[in-house]
Amino acid sequence: MKITRRTFGIRAMSLGVATAALSTPSILRAVGYPTRAVNYIIPFNPGGESDVTARFQQPFFERITGKSVVIQSKPGAGGATAWAQLNGFEPDGHTIMNTIVPHTVLQPAMKDVGYQTSDINNVFFFHYTPDAIVVKADSPYQSLQDLIDDATANPGRVTFGGSGTNTANHLATEIFADMTGARATYIPFKGSAPAMTAVLGGQIAAAMSYTTQGVKAGDQVRTLAVATAERVAALPDTPTFTELGFDHIGGAYRGVAVPAGTPQDIQQNLSDILLQINAEPEFQAQMTAAGYEVIDIPLGDVPAFIEERKAAYAPAIERLKSA
Amino acid sequence: MIDALLSAATPFNLMLALIGVVLGTVIGALPGLSATMAVAVLVPFTFTMDPASGLIALGAVHTGAIYGGAYASILVNTPGTPAAIATALDGFPMARRGDGDLAVTISCFASAFGGVVGALALLILAPPLATIALKFGPVEYFWLAIFGLSLIAVLSKGATLKGLIGGFVGLGLSTIGSAVVGGDVRYTFDNPVMLGGIHIIPALIGLYCVPVLLNMVATKDPHIERATEGKGARIFEALGLMWRSKFNLIRSSIVGTVVGILPAAGGAVAGLVAYSEARRTSKHQDQFGKGAVDGVIASESANSATVGGGFVPTLVLGIPGTPPDAIILGALMVQGIRVGPQLFVEQASTVYTFIFGLLFATLLMIPVGLLIGRTAFRTISSIPKAALAPAVGVLIMIGSFAVEQNSTHVVMMVVLGAFAWVALRYGFEASPIVLGLILGPIAEQGFVQGYLIGNAAGNIWAEFFARPISIAIIVFTVLTLLWPIWSERKSRRLKGMMTHE
Repeated sequence: MKITRRTFGIRAMSLGVATAALSTPSILRAVGYPTRAVNYIIPFNPGGESDVTARFQQPFFERITGKSVVIQSKPGAGGATAWAQLNGFEPDGHTIMNTIVPHTVLQPAMKDVGYQTSDINNVFFFHYTPDAIVVKADSPYQSLQDLIDDATANPGRVTFGGSGTNTANHLATEIFADMTGARATYIPFKGSAPAMTAVLGGQIAAAMSYTTQGVKAGDQVRTLAVATAERVAALPDTPTFTELGFDHIGGAYRGVAVPAGTPQDIQQNLSDILLQINAEPEFQAQMTAAGYEVIDIPLGDVPAFIEERKAAYAPAIERLKSA
Repeated sequence: MIDALLSAATPFNLMLALIGVVLGTVIGALPGLSATMAVAVLVPFTFTMDPASGLIALGAVHTGAIYGGAYASILVNTPGTPAAIATALDGFPMARRGDGDLAVTISCFASAFGGVVGALALLILAPPLATIALKFGPVEYFWLAIFGLSLIAVLSKGATLKGLIGGFVGLGLSTIGSAVVGGDVRYTFDNPVMLGGIHIIPALIGLYCVPVLLNMVATKDPHIERATEGKGARIFEALGLMWRSKFNLIRSSIVGTVVGILPAAGGAVAGLVAYSEARRTSKHQDQFGKGAVDGVIASESANSATVGGGFVPTLVLGIPGTPPDAIILGALMVQGIRVGPQLFVEQASTVYTFIFGLLFATLLMIPVGLLIGRTAFRTISSIPKAALAPAVGVLIMIGSFAVEQNSTHVVMMVVLGAFAWVALRYGFEASPIVLGLILGPIAEQGFVQGYLIGNAAGNIWAEFFARPISIAIIVFTVLTLLWPIWSERKSRRLKGMMTHE
């Protein structure tokens, strides 16, 4: 008996903390929603970009709505496990899920992963993590051109590490090949951090990764190019692809989705709350310092955004399919 | 370092260490409930904590459980945990002649001493081993996983074939779900829940705990006998006896640490090895088995030293040093911590906070062991099986569910548990299956990545066989595989000689 009671003690303690957070007084309140704590599901492990940015949003969400946000990690199958279960949750806006484009476009296009792109009911896209090519500090590649030259002269010899198969990094490697004619071998790792470790260990030539990883690794690495419109504040010495003559802006677009059947006004409320978070200067400062690009794609613009992205990815997806 | 020391000493972490040691001691004292099971049952409750605190709690449970096993060994001649098998050899004779309390006190001090030695070894040895961090690429991880799998041959000595079959079952289970490399969807039977594969925590709880639970219900005997009465703690007498056996104490702690570092061998092996060493070097060999204090000291200091030692390969290589470490490894994965050489670079503060926390937990074991020791044992031995089994059953159900608030995981746990129970009846142990399940994905990813890299470089063979660390791991693997064959042949030759005479 003793065992049971003591173990529950630990559990009860953490519940107690959650209850304390619940009773925080509200400052601003969106009408009718949320009425209780919101469960924010992250389809990836803690510590990754999805988790980090959701935790950036969390305090602002709580301050705006007066309700607590419980971040819950449901990793598996590159996010597909959670996305396939999205529409099984209660459609009342109190279960929301982090989503990523291109993952949710690419995965169903390539394999049967238990959901279709159209099954994901996105409410808002709040940022993108820009693509970036990162090499080790002592790499022979001083510039993107060095890398392109080598990869063009020796097709398939240069190795690009990235996070998983059918992901933003995988697609970016394909887009890069289309764009430059330089063909590299893509090596999938379990997440963007292990791919960076392999760059630092010299096992792979470069990482097709994100600006955030280049920022995090600091002096140990050199970021050769970033896929943004303007240079990234945290990486002032790195040129954009556009500057180098390549038309490539993009990365992993992170959004928030709700289960199908969630009432329209709740979806709109949620979209408004997320828009309001994006407008917080403090939130923007945190995101920018880490290398994220804040964007506003509210509920009304989501369908057009998805169509635009699908069209942009189509050629690369076709090639991946035939490979 | 100082930061880590301070964050390990926060009231919350100290409280976790204390609760962990108490819980571990109580669970470990129950025969049948091993340290592995104690850790497995309690693991999901640490997910709400930050990684360092969760680790401290689990390390404390592990330490407490290994020590708790001594009670039942000494007082009723039934080792509470396998680690305490050697403790019973002299502990029970001591109890029979009325020195049970003395034996319990001695085992408490010896356990704390061994535990501290093990934890210090972890503090000192792990970082230099981790400096080779970045040299470990995909190929090295592949060979490391193969090395880990080869330990099945050692682990299942005498039943190598069954061990290997178990290992393959584990490997097979590990392929379920969507592959990280390649994204292929395998054996999910169109159930989206299976896309993520077999979740390691429900699997471990099922494989390790359910068979124990079923056996508890399936057998008629009361799970515990009543303890004999004694005369008090006898602290100073115990300390005096320990001082006289200081060399035995130090030697046994070192033996325990080394056995702990060797993957796949745990407290039971350490206790027995240290016991036989103590007996071999003793001037009073005839006293062993009849209540020799040195026997209790050797066994208890050695099995507790495996806790710290076992964390070395667990944290540095991602290979579980002792069976409970396999579960802690799973917990780390769930926390999003990548175990391996780079851990000491990427998560240094977490790791050192944990190591200091483990040291504190070990020291807390002295008051806990002395104060609640016998009382706790007497209390739990009076709980009938009819209450204990359902309580543990509910706990593991909740535990499996709590990982991701997913009812499928409970089903997974029950199915694998039932499977493990049947398998155990036919002599298939859970550990090889667990090794396969944990190491399978590492081997697969390492192999495919290494193959792709080698292919890009135009030389796959060189990628796999011409890198220095890889070669070293391959050599160890071959030696590990040949060891059982060699030792069996040697013992057969010895037997042959004896029959000739």
